[in-house]
Amino acid sequence: MEALNTYKAGPDEHGRFGLYGGRFVAETLMPLILELEEAYHAARDDPEFAAEFGGYMKTYVGRPSPLYFAKRLTEHFGGARIYFKRDELNHTGAHKINNCIGQILLARRMGRTRIIAETGAGQHGVAAATVCALFGLPCVVYMGEVDIARQQPNVFRMKLLGAEVVPVSSGSRTLKDALNEALRDWVTNVETTFYIIGTVAGPHPYPEMVRDFQSVIGTEAREQMLEAEGRLPDTLVACIGGGSNAIGLFHAFLDDASVRMVGVEAAGRGIDTGEHAASLGAGSPGVLHGNRTYLLQDDDGQIKEAHSISAGLDYPGIGPEHSWLNDTGRVEYVSATDDEALAAFQLCSQLEGIIPALEPAHALAHVARIAPSLPPEHIILMNLCGRGDKDVFTVAEALGVTL
Amino acid sequence: MSGAANQGRISRRFAALADEGRGGLITFVTAGDPDFDTGTAILGGLPAAGADVIELGMPFTDPMADGPSIQASSLRALRSGQTLKKTLAMVRAFRAGDGDTPVVLMGYYNPIYIYGNEAFLTDARDAGVDGLIVVDLPPEEDEELCLPAISRGLNFIRLATPTTDDARLPRVLANTSGFVYYVSITGITGAKSAAADTIAKAVARLHRHTELPVAVGFGIRTPEHAAAVARVADAAVVGSALVDRVKANLDEAGRPGAGLVDDVLGLVGDLATGVRAARG
Repeated sequence: MEALNTYKAGPDEHGRFGLYGGRFVAETLMPLILELEEAYHAARDDPEFAAEFGGYMKTYVGRPSPLYFAKRLTEHFGGARIYFKRDELNHTGAHKINNCIGQILLARRMGRTRIIAETGAGQHGVAAATVCALFGLPCVVYMGEVDIARQQPNVFRMKLLGAEVVPVSSGSRTLKDALNEALRDWVTNVETTFYIIGTVAGPHPYPEMVRDFQSVIGTEAREQMLEAEGRLPDTLVACIGGGSNAIGLFHAFLDDASVRMVGVEAAGRGIDTGEHAASLGAGSPGVLHGNRTYLLQDDDGQIKEAHSISAGLDYPGIGPEHSWLNDTGRVEYVSATDDEALAAFQLCSQLEGIIPALEPAHALAHVARIAPSLPPEHIILMNLCGRGDKDVFTVAEALGVTL
Repeated sequence: MSGAANQGRISRRFAALADEGRGGLITFVTAGDPDFDTGTAILGGLPAAGADVIELGMPFTDPMADGPSIQASSLRALRSGQTLKKTLAMVRAFRAGDGDTPVVLMGYYNPIYIYGNEAFLTDARDAGVDGLIVVDLPPEEDEELCLPAISRGLNFIRLATPTTDDARLPRVLANTSGFVYYVSITGITGAKSAAADTIAKAVARLHRHTELPVAVGFGIRTPEHAAAVARVADAAVVGSALVDRVKANLDEAGRPGAGLVDDVLGLVGDLATGVRAARG
């Protein structure tokens, strides 16, 4: 495919990235979406908003997060030099807080008094509950019953932070159903409520807005890499559920033609088993949750349930910008299974003293595949977007260990 | 000219209602709920029971604007094997025995998109569908399906809501035909209901912007409430109460009881009686 002169121009005024994105929502929400878009664009162009965001990033989140050379993993694989962007060191333990700070500052600007959020792994729910505590706003987090069962530590964390966690029992009782339920809440409480979506999906302007807040990751990493190595990395690797940490890392590099980018979807028990969350690898374009994007669906257009050991990747869709980057060929999308992620999870813990979340363990599983055969001057930069404390029970169970 | 004929069925029905001096009853049921045969029997009995316009739900796994009742009815239909193809087949069979009662398909965009927009519009029109309500296609996305539907002679019925202010209404109404569906609350189907005087004001506001009939729905459950709405609007829409009645006639394994169809149609009859007496 012919290269574009920029991959950073999107979305267009209709919220489209090529075929993908858009505003497929009920009329009740449409005026709110338009108001949100206007408010966000005004904030984005306001230096005071940027200063406020930057201030919280520095003093509350702890940014910039370090760029770390993973020496022992590099030696272990015996090929490419491996760097981690350490967003797991952020306050609350993942990249999700970047977006939540941005959105709650916007909610305050818009005079909203109540926050809702959906969560899968609970990382976004914790981040949303955290910023609500920080600003004294009531917070309701929708979470699928299946996810509540496998992410108990985060459920308790949200409650400690003062949030109300509402179990979602409809559909497959995971992230997609939590999103449905949050949208139903929003439709019902339009006057007061701001919906903090946790990933680069949903109706325009969410995919753009969340990307912008998360792109701090790649902006920092680009500078840090130039400082550390005097040049850009050769390959970026990030895991993909909805895709916010990946787009956050990739965006600053999209127009650097020499930088190869790989997104790693969750292959669950294996793509051929049908139990996976690889929307790009095994899905097709459709319309869900306000945007057109690749989805896991049957030939009647019904949405299929996703599967991944990682609750944060367990979503049958993907952000629309990723769908576009996939079709243009700018980013390569691959997948890693539950077992591969579990192996990477243990390897990282033992060789680097870093317990990664199961989500970036998928990214590391792909690094493990490609690093050994790459030359030593090749630089891989992987987004270590979350820490694994929340996953220790899940991993223990998967390894047959009783705690 | 099946297109022109289709376009006419809804407006003919509302014109007849105006002549009779009464508001209409629009009933919503989900196609294939709880199964294809039972759903087909319900559909076939609706006109005689008193439904003036039929809304037939196209089931979808993720109905974001619907409450628990209609979510559950969608999942029941899907579990029993309902597809969009089967929904169109139900309409075709219905149309063979009823040439007058308007049928409006209501649902979400993805099953249509996957069916193929052009193929869907052709098949829907040929099956005898008169109009479409696609919840997640606001006017901003008119080029997807609304404009092609209109060019095929199908009505595209838009939802207007309390959040649709006077500045936005013209945009919502621009490509609306058949009737306007006023969602009387901000919220999901089957939840709270709006007060009669609030509805009357809203209908009057819409009539200032359009000559199209205004149907009012969301939260209407009883003959009395339907009557109160039909007094001030051109039609009242009842959905969740009917699918709840379907559910009430299922056994623990989800199998329909022998009296299910009669019970659902009996409720339609009560609602119709209420609506017909409303302005008496």
